[in-house]
Amino acid sequence: MREKILAVIEKNSRIDLKELAILLGEEEVDVANAIAEMEKENIICGYHTLINWDNTSEEKVSALIEVRVTPQRGMGFDHIAERIYQYPEVHAVYLMSGAYDFTVILEGKSMRDVAQFVSEKLSTLDSVLSTATHFVLKKYKDHGTILTKKTNSDERMLITP
Amino acid sequence: MRNFISEKCKNIKPSGIRKFFDVVNDMPDAISLGVGEPDFDTPWFIRDEGIYSLEKGRTFYTSNAGLKELREEIANYLERRCGLRYDPMKQVLVTVGGSEGIDIALRAMLNPGDEVLIPEPCYVSYLPCTQLADGVAVPLRLLEEHEFRLTAEQLEAAITPRTKILVMPFPNNPTGAIMSRKDLEPVAEVVKAHDLFVISDEIYSELTYDEPHVSIASLPGMQERTLVINGFSKAYAMTGWRLGYAAGPEDLISEMTKIHQFAIMCAPTTSQYAAVQAMRSGDEEVAKMRESYNQRRRFVVHTLREMGMDCFEPLGAFYVFPSIKRYGMSSEEFASRLLQEEKVAVVPGTAFGDSGEGFIRISYAYSLKNLKEALGRVQNFVERLG
Repeated sequence: MREKILAVIEKNSRIDLKELAILLGEEEVDVANAIAEMEKENIICGYHTLINWDNTSEEKVSALIEVRVTPQRGMGFDHIAERIYQYPEVHAVYLMSGAYDFTVILEGKSMRDVAQFVSEKLSTLDSVLSTATHFVLKKYKDHGTILTKKTNSDERMLITP
Repeated sequence: MRNFISEKCKNIKPSGIRKFFDVVNDMPDAISLGVGEPDFDTPWFIRDEGIYSLEKGRTFYTSNAGLKELREEIANYLERRCGLRYDPMKQVLVTVGGSEGIDIALRAMLNPGDEVLIPEPCYVSYLPCTQLADGVAVPLRLLEEHEFRLTAEQLEAAITPRTKILVMPFPNNPTGAIMSRKDLEPVAEVVKAHDLFVISDEIYSELTYDEPHVSIASLPGMQERTLVINGFSKAYAMTGWRLGYAAGPEDLISEMTKIHQFAIMCAPTTSQYAAVQAMRSGDEEVAKMRESYNQRRRFVVHTLREMGMDCFEPLGAFYVFPSIKRYGMSSEEFASRLLQEEKVAVVPGTAFGDSGEGFIRISYAYSLKNLKEALGRVQNFVERLG
């Protein structure tokens, strides 16, 4: 049941419990318990809203930063990651395979904000060898949702056999 | 001027759905629960393959029976999903939708006066196609108390010396009924005892919700006397690609191919290339869509029952078929008034044969949001009826 709950609420975290239970053919109390357990086990880590900031008047910039580091003795990647993800402007941190070590996704109010963060905070960390900053120009799709799509119209005929 | 239309064609009644379609189309603000096709777009990897095949200039006819690789994939699929083995070169024909398969199978098999048993309510084409092929259509009235399954007794009782073909439309449009193995077994015995042939329309075979679909062809001694009709429309959300197939005994497929080559030449080439990809990597997408339909199915059945409608639990396709008998009006009247008063379009059960009287077909191939809004209106309507 867990996988099925997750599949539904991953797309719609606002669904009401009763309705979710009906969709899955389960008892409401069982669904509620399963969700509570998954929250406790940190499987469900939050209920966020997907916002297309491009459609608001809010100025925001996102940047993807490739970071190369030297892990120090006694403190592997996890420790360095922690130094990075503690900053509130850091949206996401991933450890990568390949040409560099971390992907850091940053959200700032302006390019200068981002630049300042990279030059003053990120680059100055002892373990950081180099960074490469890429600014996001436009978001087409995020979290599996196409952001640029116009409202979906049903083009099927109204009645078909 | 002479009247150039044949008597045979004049005697074919237009589809009961057509009449309703015209009314609904004049009401642009109506919400529909009336479609017989998926609400999903064709999965992107399939569309992509269609586009790619056009880019590569694959715009020519294929062989009459269909692309060799597609027929091979179909044979693989039938073995994987139904445990049926067919020779892709001799026993599989790619058709323009399942509908073409039904039509040319009847034309290939019927002599004037041969009887075709058609369990009803059912899809709209079996009866007119039988008539056009000079056969005699004999409806079998499926009953709600049997959950719209066909029983061996019912079948036995309808058989005459002229009976030749039994159509098996399961999972069923419009009722959502399925036939489990245990339901099929006694029916298959009767079919064999009376030397009948089965046209099994399994277009909804991927959409069953409690148990996997069982093809009647997979029962002992049945493959040689069954034509399996299936296609890509429902499972892969490919209705507009117009692609289906028929698999069965070599001699029948060969005769059907003859009609097919004169009437159609070959199924659309772009669709065939896309369908190869659908069969090779479609299972996961199909499972996702099935789960999504299943959720909406539960929601619709629950909501209808909560508003006091009698609704048996459909285990296949994407329709529910609630009874409206308690409201004391005909299916057509119910559907018309629902449309006029609440602007919700459903299809009266009678569009699928006389035995659909007393029922309406509700499709749940809609977004949950749409279903909620529409069912809310249905609730207003039945509450007013008291």
